[in-house]
Amino acid sequence: MSVIVYIESIDNKVKKSSVEAAFYASETAKLLGIEAIAIALGTHDTNELAKLGNVGVSKVLHDSNTKFDQFDTRAITKAIAAATAQVDASVIVISYTQNGKAIAPRVSVRLQSGMVAGAIALPDLSNGFVVRKNVFSGKAMANVEVLTPKKVIALTPNSVQKVICESTAVVESFSAGLADADFTTLVKGVEKVSGTISLTEAEIVVSGGRGLKGPENWGPIEALAKELGAATACSRPVADVHWRPHGEHVGQTGFTIRPNLYIAAGISGAIQHLAGVNGSKVIVVINSDAEAPFFKAADYGIVGDAQVVLPKLVEAYKNFKASAH
Amino acid sequence: MKILVPISKVPDTTAKIAFTDQNTKFATDNVTFILNPTDEWYALVRALEITEKDGGTVTVIHQGGADSEQFIRKALAIGATDAVRIDSEPTDAFQVASSIFEYAKDKGFDLVITGKETIDYNGAQIGGMIAELMDVPYVTLASSLLIENGKATVSRDIEGGKEIVEVPMPCVIAAQKGMAEQRIPNMKGIMGARSKPLTVVPPANTGYTKITSFDLAPQKTACKLVSPDHVEELVRLLHEEAKVI
Repeated sequence: MSVIVYIESIDNKVKKSSVEAAFYASETAKLLGIEAIAIALGTHDTNELAKLGNVGVSKVLHDSNTKFDQFDTRAITKAIAAATAQVDASVIVISYTQNGKAIAPRVSVRLQSGMVAGAIALPDLSNGFVVRKNVFSGKAMANVEVLTPKKVIALTPNSVQKVICESTAVVESFSAGLADADFTTLVKGVEKVSGTISLTEAEIVVSGGRGLKGPENWGPIEALAKELGAATACSRPVADVHWRPHGEHVGQTGFTIRPNLYIAAGISGAIQHLAGVNGSKVIVVINSDAEAPFFKAADYGIVGDAQVVLPKLVEAYKNFKASAH
Repeated sequence: MKILVPISKVPDTTAKIAFTDQNTKFATDNVTFILNPTDEWYALVRALEITEKDGGTVTVIHQGGADSEQFIRKALAIGATDAVRIDSEPTDAFQVASSIFEYAKDKGFDLVITGKETIDYNGAQIGGMIAELMDVPYVTLASSLLIENGKATVSRDIEGGKEIVEVPMPCVIAAQKGMAEQRIPNMKGIMGARSKPLTVVPPANTGYTKITSFDLAPQKTACKLVSPDHVEELVRLLHEEAKVI
């Protein structure tokens, strides 16, 4: 018996969200008294895969068939099912990222196993197998009991604080037994905005809204994000008028994020925006309108013009970094 | 072209969230329900655009009690050809997906379009589950969809960009912003919707999971205000008190 975790890499490094999922899998395995095993498909750096030992994974199965590099949800699902059978896994952990959302429901059906979509805590085994998740766009939590023998847990990124140990995982080559005909999704082109930090994985996000008055005023947002090693985001109206790319839009119809720190400048905090960010651990709001509803959801606030406050904040943070080192 | 669009009803974004029966049930009293935005604005409208251009039908399918009919009629008023109601309150995503599959499996649908996710349980599960039950390709986060020569070409969001993918049909596509523009039903549509066919079928399955209890997210403590003239104080608080930088 084992807990299996699905691993993704980007630029030959295991994704941060996958490392978290691996840590979650090994903690779950400890609760169940079994081992945690990872499955990686397509191109990965095996040295990087071996580092999953640092979060408690004992073994990584690696099918290096490069056909897996095209994101084909059906083929990946078959491969995860094959690996699950090989290691007799009772729990399957998948990070609920953009890709994870496309795979986990398929895996759930294929393995006839109940799924928790967007888990935020380790399973509670005191009475059945119960996992907590956010519902109603972060306004409430639900405890979900999984009733099937096998369980799929789709883990919300930034939900667990991983602990690192000194250990190395054994990387084993593995064949999921897929034929070329199993791959039916063809990637015809990629438009990549390179060098940016993944919004859903970022620990700090700096976001701008209509209060910034125009796309030419985004310099301070980007400068602050750069200093903090943060991702940049925006509100819906800003994406709608193309001041910023749609891929930065957080909120109900955009991305849902839960960074450790969310800094919102010139965003009033409409309920649709809050729905996408209220899982953030700490929220800072900068707005010239003291009555902006966002202050009610914030931990820290500055009433002031973002154009003036943001450059000061960049300087203050630079000074802090200089004095800390 | 035969297109199936699963539609869900959800509490309006501004609805007060509360629970009853020892926190095991969502309190629906005084809650306004709406069609799930990404189902209505993007999935349904794009399906209509495709059939308006190439011919075909758009069937909407919904799981819910008789009180859901107003939402189904709205989808018909927007332009769907016919509708199916699975007569049961949903228990979990698998129950809904497998009931939809049970209805759809011998009807020859070329395409299933869902919304990205519902705004109540935020699971984003139905599309993937239907795709696996049908054993067909599934593409999520689609902001455009073109149908040509039995293939679907989709623009899909990836981390820090987009990719263009092509899949054979039948297939399942989960639609998001960019896919289409919301349509408001007109009087002709509303009148016509009353006589469009609505089939009621029983649910096919039981669920794999059960919600044992809910609780509300903890209230935020009051916001600490920092003077715009002393932003270094904010940096200090974030470092020493919140410990996030």
